[in-house]
Amino acid sequence: MPYMGPLYSAALRMTRNPADAEDLVQETYLRAYRGFEGFKEGTNLKAWLYRILTNTFINQYRSAKRRPDQVDLDDVEDLYLYRRLGGMEAAMAGRSPETEVLESMPETAVKEAVESLPEQFRMAVLLADVEGFAYKEIAEILDIPIGTVMSRLHRGRKLLQKRLWDFAVENGLATGTGPAR
Amino acid sequence: MDCNEAIHQIYHYLDGALTDESRAAIARHLDFCPPCSGGYHFEVELRILIAQKCRDEVPADLRKRIAEAIGHEPPPEPTV
Repeated sequence: MPYMGPLYSAALRMTRNPADAEDLVQETYLRAYRGFEGFKEGTNLKAWLYRILTNTFINQYRSAKRRPDQVDLDDVEDLYLYRRLGGMEAAMAGRSPETEVLESMPETAVKEAVESLPEQFRMAVLLADVEGFAYKEIAEILDIPIGTVMSRLHRGRKLLQKRLWDFAVENGLATGTGPAR
Repeated sequence: MDCNEAIHQIYHYLDGALTDESRAAIARHLDFCPPCSGGYHFEVELRILIAQKCRDEVPADLRKRIAEAIGHEPPPEPTV
């Protein structure tokens, strides 16, 4: 059973619950087994399995709501965390930016930040940044246009950086509100 | 290319989703701009960390449970 580790992690981030994640992974392998003749030789096995995982999740586990999530990201600029951590100023002064803050962040905090993202953003960020799929593969897995993949990723990444920053400040890993914009 | 343009495209650059021409333009900017270059390396680092910290141990009995479930399945229909 290939890719079980990554599939289980993705299932946990989607369902946010170990029992549901186990069921989701089991259902994914069963569907893959039953539908294996639908798999075309030479296509990406990992992407195919993620497509089954994602469809199963959407059909069985997700809440009934269909409306896209509304999130206000107007005040979250690109490179948000880097700016908050004083990276621009550090680079000007010839110092390296503070990646120690990132490294000091506990696993549970990073997982919670990812899991806190609205579902559409969460799926895009998971597939791109955790699993390393390309835009085109994500578009096929989620069955949405590439432009939609890019906009969900852009917004999802911004929101994730904001959640990580909020965690860092609340837990004293970083101070204040960062440099003036 | 100025910093605003470079930062605007930095995620597409990271995602390997630009044309060769745009890639080269950004690479040239990063070579000469420490703040943008720092931002780029920060994002690379951040992505690696997120991926590393989002891994979980597969429960020991899950593999066994799935193997058993598949064992109870009828063999798949042969393809014609």
